[in-house]
Amino acid sequence: MTDLLNALVLMLNFVIIPATSYGAQLALGALGVTLVYGILRFGNFAHGDTMAFGTMFTIFFTWLFQGLGLSLGVLPTALLALPFGIGVTALYAISIDRLVYRHYRVKRSAPVILTIASVGVMFVTNSVVRFLIGTNEQRFSDGQKFIIKARDFKEWSGLSEGMKLKTTEALTVVVAGIAVAALFWFLQRTRMGKAMRAYSDNEDLALLSGINPERVVMVTWIITAALATLAGVLFGLDKSFKPFTYFQLLLPIFAAAILGGVGNPLGAIAGGFVVAFSEVMVTYPYKKFLKYVMPENLEPSGLMQLLTVDYKFAVSFIILVAVLLIKPTGLFSGKVIRA
Amino acid sequence: MSQSLRPILLFAAMAAALLAVGFGQGWPVMLVILNLCLISAVMSVGLNMQWGYAGLFNAGVMAFVAVGGMVAVLISEPPVMVGWEAGGARILVAGVMVATFSGLIYALRRFISRRWIKNWGTAALLVAAYFIIRPVFEGGVTAVESIAAASAGNLGGLGLNILVSWVVAAVVCMGVAWVIGRIALGLRADYLAIATLGISEIVVAVAKNEEWLTRGVKNITSLKRAPVPRETNLQQAEWFQNLVSTLSGTNPGDAGFKTTVIEASSIFVKLCFTGLFTIVLGIVLFLAIRALNSPWGRMMRAIRDNDVAASAMGKNVVRRHREVFIVGAAILGVSGAMLTTLDGQFTPTGYQPLRYTFLIWVMVIVGGSGNNLGAVLGGFVIWFFWIEAEVAAQWISVNMEKVLTPYLDVVLISLGEGSLKVQHGVTWLKNAAPHFRYLLMGMVLLLALRFSPRGLIPEAGAARAH
Repeated sequence: MTDLLNALVLMLNFVIIPATSYGAQLALGALGVTLVYGILRFGNFAHGDTMAFGTMFTIFFTWLFQGLGLSLGVLPTALLALPFGIGVTALYAISIDRLVYRHYRVKRSAPVILTIASVGVMFVTNSVVRFLIGTNEQRFSDGQKFIIKARDFKEWSGLSEGMKLKTTEALTVVVAGIAVAALFWFLQRTRMGKAMRAYSDNEDLALLSGINPERVVMVTWIITAALATLAGVLFGLDKSFKPFTYFQLLLPIFAAAILGGVGNPLGAIAGGFVVAFSEVMVTYPYKKFLKYVMPENLEPSGLMQLLTVDYKFAVSFIILVAVLLIKPTGLFSGKVIRA
Repeated sequence: MSQSLRPILLFAAMAAALLAVGFGQGWPVMLVILNLCLISAVMSVGLNMQWGYAGLFNAGVMAFVAVGGMVAVLISEPPVMVGWEAGGARILVAGVMVATFSGLIYALRRFISRRWIKNWGTAALLVAAYFIIRPVFEGGVTAVESIAAASAGNLGGLGLNILVSWVVAAVVCMGVAWVIGRIALGLRADYLAIATLGISEIVVAVAKNEEWLTRGVKNITSLKRAPVPRETNLQQAEWFQNLVSTLSGTNPGDAGFKTTVIEASSIFVKLCFTGLFTIVLGIVLFLAIRALNSPWGRMMRAIRDNDVAASAMGKNVVRRHREVFIVGAAILGVSGAMLTTLDGQFTPTGYQPLRYTFLIWVMVIVGGSGNNLGAVLGGFVIWFFWIEAEVAAQWISVNMEKVLTPYLDVVLISLGEGSLKVQHGVTWLKNAAPHFRYLLMGMVLLLALRFSPRGLIPEAGAARAH
């Protein structure tokens, strides 16, 4: 019995808790991608770098507040800086739209031209981040590090396996939950949200009924910037901020968005969790787990790891390929916003 | 400006810029830039086939370049016999097993029409293959990697001339492109982009981590690059010394002759590469232009401009897309092998998507999508600016530092205890200088796409709605 409990705690500690918070981060990222897909109708390659941009400004404001002596006690100061980071990123996203994307939208260019333009935006955003904060790793999480410490858990439960819960992990899930709830309330209940859904569903019909497309697009960019900054900051708090890793998040994020059905917010969330859980479960070495579960003489000899962590991109890729081969429309094909 | 004069003038301007570098920064620098310009032009022609002819968004140029580089290593490196003895057999057996399972899966998907048997059977076979092959393969890998880990730890290659790899790289990349094409073509255009982006990350991860194959991050250095001689061998060769002595008018006994020979050998080697690359670019360009002007090329453009109409005329759009994707990938593979040959080494950590995928995109867009000469020009121009932008940024930051040296302690903004001084600005500028070229490339791409979407040398007679 203790062995089973130990195995359960092991799974919770190394698979379920980390994958849940990673999944929430991916879900926020995928929501941003899917919104741009749904409303603006192109794959935004600059999304990873937008996340880095928002995180960078949140870090700047965090430093400023830390310098001024402001803090949130047990919670990280970055939470206080978040609205300001989102504000700057939203301004940046709107100005980029004015300077770059609007031209192609007015001309009704093919979506792939907008995607290429987003590659240009990616270059520029990337260099702005490199200019302002450099390429080094930044850690900006402060406040209390753990909610449950592994040692305390062991003492409390008497098990040999510890379970830890980082503040950032709990925070990620809570903040992501609030953000998603707010987003769905906005899309379902408000006038603007309904306009966005209508615009995404049928652009011409929406225009005919007097919806102002420029306003829809502007609100979309504000929401996208907020989601990107949230995803970036939560990821950075949980792990660390390194500009290049944010570009690499593009693949799991796109995999999540496509898996959930492009343009479908609910699908993006589901996709984010599926990708995160697959990634963590496939790269987790099950040796210790099996030791607890299996009878004594059947202990495994190797690490029992399906893939090494170096190949975690492969997991997103395999999911992507499977979706493309079996159900290219994704799991949920369009309930709220359809491409 | 007439259509025929424009390319000539633009290429003349490019040549003048290169000559200016030769006179200003020296001929070795100019030749280094020129050689990479030539390779970039080959890459750009390859991507232009995919994007310019057919409108396919390949976000994984880096995958094919890296595969080309790996092939160059595996063809030219001498085999590591101890490695083969230790675990070569097991790895070969694993390879045969992979081939067997691939055959089984192919047969299953080919001859069984029931959809659920097809899909579940494939999944079951994949899982079975993983668990059967992995122990065999891993045993071999561990054995190979533990042998002489500091100097080898890999299987080596075939020990052939590295020029062979230029052809083999094309063939291997065609295979990779075929697989990607089977999966992602025929769906939404951006699905291909995501799939290729994924493949490129995986290829580079393989190059970094599979030490038995590429030595991973331990790198493979000093590849043999015959027929191009090594500088040190050249400096000893009598015929070369005689040549230098006739050309420079100095004699082997004179003071400074040795430096002249060393300089001359470096230039000679680079010129050899220039010659080889020019031949390849010439062949590739000739074939690309012929292909574009053939019925096949016209069909390709027709599909690109209106796939619905083309398909109504009985053209198999997906199949044609796959063809052009494979051909373009082959050219990209050749360029990758050329690049590794020129470097004389294989460093997996050097493969960055901004440099090897998206920079090539800038080349094609700026040069002129759909026009092969435009792609070549784009390769030259963008590579030139990519290199010179960094030189310029360094020059500016160094000179700013010189000018500002007397004022380093002047306070710009005072913030309580700390204050922002001029010296902070100077340090920032120095650190930021290397990143300037990313900004420049992004701006160039955005401006070209906006104000000159058809590029420097536009496609002849195209009425493409951008």
